[in-house]
Amino acid sequence: MNTQEFDVIIIGGGITGAGTQRDCAMRGLRTLLIERSDIATGATGRNHGLLHSGARYAVNDPESAAECIRENKILRQIAAQCVEPTDGLFITLPEDDLGYQKTFVEACRRAGIDAEVIDPALARRLEPSVNADLIGAVRVPDGSVDPFRLCAANMLDAKLHGGQVRLQTEVTGFIREGDAIRGVHTRNVRTGQEEDFYAPVTVNACGIWGQRIASLAGVSIGMFPSKGALLIFAHRINNMVINRCRKPANADILVPGETVCVIGTTSTRIPFEECDRVAATPEEVDLLISEGAKLSPALASTRILRAYAGVRPLVSADDDPSGRNISRGIVCLDHEGRDGLKGFITITGGKLMTYRLMAEMATDAVCRKLGVDKRCATATTPLPALIEPSNGKGALICECENVTAGKIAQALDRLEVSTLTDLRRRTRVGMGTCQGGLCACRAADLLAQANGCVERERADLADFMQERWKGNYPIGWGDMLREAEYTQWVYKHVLGL
Amino acid sequence: MQENTVSPHHFEECMKCTVCTVYCPVLQVNPLYPGPKQAGPDGERLRLKDPAFFNYALKYCMNCKRCEVACPSGVEVADLIQAARIRYDKKPPKLRDRLLASTDFMGSVARPFAPIVNTVTGLGVAKAAMDGVLKIDHRRTFPKYSGKSFEAWLKRQARAQAAFPEQVAYFHGCYVNYNYPQLGKDLVKVLNALGVGVQLLDREKCCGVALITNGMSKQAAKNARHNVAALRKAAVDGGLKVVSTSSSCTMTLRNEYPALLGVDNADVRDAVTLATRFVFEKLEQGAKLRFKAGYRKKIAYHVPCHMERLGWGVFSEKLLRMIPGVEFTLLDSACCGIAGTYGFKKENYEASQAIGEVLFNRIRAANPDVVACDCETCKWQIEMSTDYPVMNPISILAEAIE
Repeated sequence: MNTQEFDVIIIGGGITGAGTQRDCAMRGLRTLLIERSDIATGATGRNHGLLHSGARYAVNDPESAAECIRENKILRQIAAQCVEPTDGLFITLPEDDLGYQKTFVEACRRAGIDAEVIDPALARRLEPSVNADLIGAVRVPDGSVDPFRLCAANMLDAKLHGGQVRLQTEVTGFIREGDAIRGVHTRNVRTGQEEDFYAPVTVNACGIWGQRIASLAGVSIGMFPSKGALLIFAHRINNMVINRCRKPANADILVPGETVCVIGTTSTRIPFEECDRVAATPEEVDLLISEGAKLSPALASTRILRAYAGVRPLVSADDDPSGRNISRGIVCLDHEGRDGLKGFITITGGKLMTYRLMAEMATDAVCRKLGVDKRCATATTPLPALIEPSNGKGALICECENVTAGKIAQALDRLEVSTLTDLRRRTRVGMGTCQGGLCACRAADLLAQANGCVERERADLADFMQERWKGNYPIGWGDMLREAEYTQWVYKHVLGL
Repeated sequence: MQENTVSPHHFEECMKCTVCTVYCPVLQVNPLYPGPKQAGPDGERLRLKDPAFFNYALKYCMNCKRCEVACPSGVEVADLIQAARIRYDKKPPKLRDRLLASTDFMGSVARPFAPIVNTVTGLGVAKAAMDGVLKIDHRRTFPKYSGKSFEAWLKRQARAQAAFPEQVAYFHGCYVNYNYPQLGKDLVKVLNALGVGVQLLDREKCCGVALITNGMSKQAAKNARHNVAALRKAAVDGGLKVVSTSSSCTMTLRNEYPALLGVDNADVRDAVTLATRFVFEKLEQGAKLRFKAGYRKKIAYHVPCHMERLGWGVFSEKLLRMIPGVEFTLLDSACCGIAGTYGFKKENYEASQAIGEVLFNRIRAANPDVVACDCETCKWQIEMSTDYPVMNPISILAEAIE
């Protein structure tokens, strides 16, 4: 069998692509995932990491809310290793309308979300960091989810089911046969090597970049990039998710995840050309701090680690070219029926929370095309562990995030790591307070040994530190700035980087 | 933009420079200890995520506070570690640790039977029994108990002391009261020579330093509340300075009460001072002491760890240098290894002696007549581990004046 031939090619290594590959592979298809950089680099890795209960959408978008709570319950079962069942609060502040709470709770119940009105005093006891002025509180089954690990676990399971993965590989064009897509031309962005891959079906799971891929295939999708900025605080302030009980607005969700907590987001339309280089602006940072402090006053005086921004892949409904009727729901397009292009499917819209459902819809569409009759089992099959607990031993490499040499060795062994940034997404190395200051050079040593090339690793280390600085720059004050100065002194003046 | 950021014990101000780890005496000898950076600021973030990250190896921290002295960013590293132990260590303290920490209780029980207790604790068979049953190391020399308490002695002097124009209150601590009243008597002699009379506080209790490190923080907080009330009576109501001859008691009264026990001492903190600092400041203000003619002594001064934390070693040093006839050596700063009750524990004995060896060698090289130091447990350790006697600077001063 020619290994360049597959049943389905999935473009895009975000959570949707990885989830779709897993689903396809579990249904017995020969799969290939192609990603131009690393997994979870787009919107997948640039959000709150919130395990939505759906409550946020209950009033305005009951369909999304119902999807969220179903997937919420599923992810708790299949991805327990990536999920923290923290629960969440929707708080009403004195300036908010307490009347909205009733509308909100009723909408939650209609969507199947277990929303319980609790006494503000109980809310203060459950979550001591909450704004003590609150006049109302509702408890919902929110949680947090690690999108990097979730994405990596989907990729790993796809591989365990025979799937192949090509990271750092860009799709440069489609192989067409009349009105059908029969494969893709690719180029490795590092080596420049060009390769062709063949499959009767190709899935476009590129999030906001899906518009570009679609146009490469000769079809058009109207995407509406919406930028959201977020801030990471250096340690956990809260142990429950805190939301505002009002119509969704800026900076009204505070999510505890791993060792940090994240406040967000904003929502700004941006031109498509800016999708590749979004960053949080000083105005957004100020807004996030001041609005965030209303949820939890401690945020005003808590050290910030990073600021970042992501792009929501919003899609305009097909019958509305003006883009006014933008949906945040899932969009699965079979381009055969829509555009007369065979062998091409686009899965987009949606959100991290509903990735598995999106993957199921896309895989169902693939199976219909291939005439495969096998049911989806991803809702009941747990994802594999990324790092076996027995391999957690060895010297401590990243002291802030407690990452050992054993964990790194296992990530290098089976999680498709070629750079330090890849390694960070798999293990959290360099994500802590020192932002790689102490651990990046140690991890680089392990990577250089694994790859056998010191020179390449030197350049990689420089890239990694530059990438860390990019997220530090918008919040360059106080302790963070002192630490950055110290890190620069170590890397530039001591290590000569 | 944020004007200022705050975090418990300043842990977010850690820049990960790791200098605390270099200065930690325990880490040099005990590979089981994660070190101050990991146990302190790094561990704090992880513990906030999940209390399961609490590591029982934090018990190896001696609370010497050298990490805090070393930290260029003002992180209260040792406080973070002790606060974590208080918050997360739910194991009840062992009987051995209770006995070692209850200096007050042990003192009041042992003192009436001092000759018997002292004989028994010196016997090999008793040491073997304590080692076997309680895991108190048999190689350790026990401090002797005094038959008469310092408090009883000073009460008999009350009228004479009240006659002095200026007054101070004295926080004598357990050691002076039960083990070595002579140090208290030496202080009275020095202060009287400066025209200052000495009073007791309204019933002081053990400062609690050993209770904190032995997992008895509730008892420590109880003592702290009692002592702050007593200090308030003397300092706020009576307008008196409160002096202590122990650097660890002083550090505990001033720093540990608010930082670790949540007991507010803001109104009395400034009144609490170390005896050597008080005397030094008196002399600076023009008071005079009459020194014996022909006094000769070669003194090596060891700055105890908690004295380093207070930053007050300079007062004891300057006082000693002031004494005519003293040949003074300042020992390079190093921990003696005992850390209160730490070195008494069987599991810590080897580490304790290995830590102290650096200091012991410096003392041997200086070869003084006497080692001066402001801490009672350093005194036990140095006297047990070297051939040199140890005296509190106040006792040396008392010996040197007319």
